[in-house]
Amino acid sequence: MTGLRLLRYIVRRLLQAVPVILGVTVLCFLLLQLAPGDLAEVLAGESGGASAEYIQDLRARYGLDKPVLVQLGVYVKNVIFFDLGFSFRHSANVSDLLLERMMPTLLLMGTTLVLSVGVGALSGLFAAIWVRTWRDHIISLGAIVAYATPLFWVGLMLILVFSVWLDWFPTSGMENVVMFHEGWDRVVDIAHHLVLPAITLSLFYLALYARLMRATMLEQRGLDYVTTAKAKGLTERQITFRHVLRNALLPVVTMAGVQVGALLGGSVVVESVFAWPGLGQLAFEALFSRDFNLLLGIFFISACLVVFVNIVVDVIYVLLDPRIRVDE
Amino acid sequence: MSAPILRIEDLRVALPAWSDRPLAVDGVSLAIARNEILCVVGESGSGKSVMAKAVLGLLPAPHVRVVGGAIHFEGRDLLRAEEEEMREVRGGRISMIFQEPMVALNPLMKVGAQTDEIFRVHTDLDAPARRQRVVELFSDVHLPDPERIPDSYPHELSGGQRQRVMIAMALALEPALIIADEPTTALDVTTQAQILTLLKELQGRHGTAVLFITHDFGVVAEVADRVVVMRNGRLVETGATGEVLRAPQADYTKALVAAVPSLHPRHASAPDQPAPALALRGLNKVYGGRAGLFGGPGRRVHAVRDVDLEVPRGRSVALVGESGSGKSTLARCVVGLERADGGDIRLDGENIAGFSRRQLKPYRHLVQMVFQDPFASLNPRHRVGDIIALGPTLRGTPKREAWDRARELLGMVGLQPEAVGRYPHEFSGGQRQRIGIARALAMEPALILADEPVSALDVSVQKQVLDLLDDLRQSLGLSMLFITHDLRVAAHVCEEIAVMRHGAIVERGPTSEIFADPRHEYTRQLLDSVPGKGWEH
Repeated sequence: MTGLRLLRYIVRRLLQAVPVILGVTVLCFLLLQLAPGDLAEVLAGESGGASAEYIQDLRARYGLDKPVLVQLGVYVKNVIFFDLGFSFRHSANVSDLLLERMMPTLLLMGTTLVLSVGVGALSGLFAAIWVRTWRDHIISLGAIVAYATPLFWVGLMLILVFSVWLDWFPTSGMENVVMFHEGWDRVVDIAHHLVLPAITLSLFYLALYARLMRATMLEQRGLDYVTTAKAKGLTERQITFRHVLRNALLPVVTMAGVQVGALLGGSVVVESVFAWPGLGQLAFEALFSRDFNLLLGIFFISACLVVFVNIVVDVIYVLLDPRIRVDE
Repeated sequence: MSAPILRIEDLRVALPAWSDRPLAVDGVSLAIARNEILCVVGESGSGKSVMAKAVLGLLPAPHVRVVGGAIHFEGRDLLRAEEEEMREVRGGRISMIFQEPMVALNPLMKVGAQTDEIFRVHTDLDAPARRQRVVELFSDVHLPDPERIPDSYPHELSGGQRQRVMIAMALALEPALIIADEPTTALDVTTQAQILTLLKELQGRHGTAVLFITHDFGVVAEVADRVVVMRNGRLVETGATGEVLRAPQADYTKALVAAVPSLHPRHASAPDQPAPALALRGLNKVYGGRAGLFGGPGRRVHAVRDVDLEVPRGRSVALVGESGSGKSTLARCVVGLERADGGDIRLDGENIAGFSRRQLKPYRHLVQMVFQDPFASLNPRHRVGDIIALGPTLRGTPKREAWDRARELLGMVGLQPEAVGRYPHEFSGGQRQRIGIARALAMEPALILADEPVSALDVSVQKQVLDLLDDLRQSLGLSMLFITHDLRVAAHVCEEIAVMRHGAIVERGPTSEIFADPRHEYTRQLLDSVPGKGWEH
């Protein structure tokens, strides 16, 4: 019964996501029109200048001479049929490019998410258990430092210390392409490359979760149901793990949903610093070469991802918190 | 009296340094015998809850701590027991029931599992045996469908059912002593009556001793064998219930008992019916019912249903009902915070139902509210003068004049006129409620709408505020719609009563008639549920 209701809820949320994603697509398309310069000018500029007729010709070839609304209409129509167009810079279908680059990004994002939520929540939990002792102070201090340090600087410093000085981890890339690793060797190699970018990207949110978790744990421990549990004769450990932990996780889950959106933004910087061949890096290149089709494709995929993750977070929330009703 | 099972000797509990007094509990000694209900009565801050928590070692350490005395229970001093030993006592030999069953239960855990936990911690029973015990307990406390209720979450139960779960948990291991800390304060009056009956029944059946903490003398009269009165951490008076209630010795007890509003209804002052200050005709309010974008039809709640009601000029009418009866929604419609879905709201003859915000503006000052919670209803960042003068200033009164009037009003409600320059947090609950009344009066309303104005106050303060409202009403000729769940309060201040249930008014008439001869079955039930109804002082 509950399962069926949950399924209906998920289907409804997916249907509701369609207009949201289309809206984002239209908005992004119109915003990009505001950016000065277009593909034709960039191409002309790269070939060392061209006549006005040649640029005009290029525009006509790529359909850039049509009115904006017509271009928009064509684009949205294509998107509805999952045709994201052609990237003239890469001479490839946008969907192929995205598929190729999505896996590295998803790998990085997933690792980051697990790392920040897992380690963050655990450090917050232990800080709360050891509250006002030197161990709590060390965790809290570490969280504040991590919280206050800019992302790109952390990345550069990690490279400097662990790659250049200590030579423990590679400086950049996703795998050692000249080694032609296969099977488990490849997995280990990629994991090895993944360490530094994942740490860089997760540090900020890890600190945030640690602080959030610690604060919520302490707040929950002051609530009446904890007194009830104590009055039932439970030990501190039983109270923490059976009662407080689940209640304290709720705000962390909410925050994790927000983080996923921010992760894509953060990955632009981190992927550039570590030359990670993902969507962030692709977006960065596409923006500078005015490859609007590719850029719009990336926006589209990002929007889908964020909406999807939000649905997942909401479903997790429903599963964690019985007070949330899904039928309204 | 048989040998006491719990003996508290000269208990002293220290408060943190920043509190207004050094000791929360100051030299309290008392004893409870087997099969006895001992009520500890006191106003807020009397130290009664702290004392109860000290027995189980549940004080919020390190700020609040025991500094002296002894608590003897089953041959040992609980204050000197090891933590391991205390855990055996908690839930096993002494259990506790709290005031707010909603927050006293873990919201994410099924109530069966929360009860089951006690057996898991204290016994070696296997899962099916534990389940069996949980079902037995739940049927013992008369929960409906005891086979199914263990699989419910706390939010799926009503307040009364949640408190029954708490009681079931307290009884789980047949403890020698149950500490009940205001267990019925958060409940509706009819539910309270049921829970009190249940507690007495179970206590009689199991022979448990009960330490019952309350602020309500009605409840004391209903359940207690003996009474202990506390004030500022000290014992004021101890004695058998009948004696203390009939012939209190200490001055403080006398004042407290006198402050309890009597159930003697007030008589209507004159038989003639003046023109109504407020008249409601066929008022309706429905929430929800609109379909969502992709969802089916939403849930419809008929909060107010065909209500007819008049408040004659210069009179006071009580709107009595339990939570969810629609009385607050009705108030919100009258003040214009909600739009009624149908019917007339006549203020001084003018029908304001269906008015837009702009149209409503000239009429807004005619109805003013006095709110329930004196702590939340005053802006903490505004000075008292600003709070009172803001309304008149918005209507065009010059600021200086409005402030002068504010000083005058503060005098009328029994505060110093200099209070205009101070902030709400500097005042006690009763004083804040006086400020709230002054604020309402500043608008020169035709009708005061008081929404449970005294239910957050201690009984002695409650009496002062009720008397003040009464005086003001008579000297200023105010009309008042007084919303309350407390029939004692209604009898004390109002000439007429309207009883509301499920959004509809089931009975209305002069207070004396309704008290003497309630016609509707629900009214009778309400009257029967008033705690301590047999006790007259």
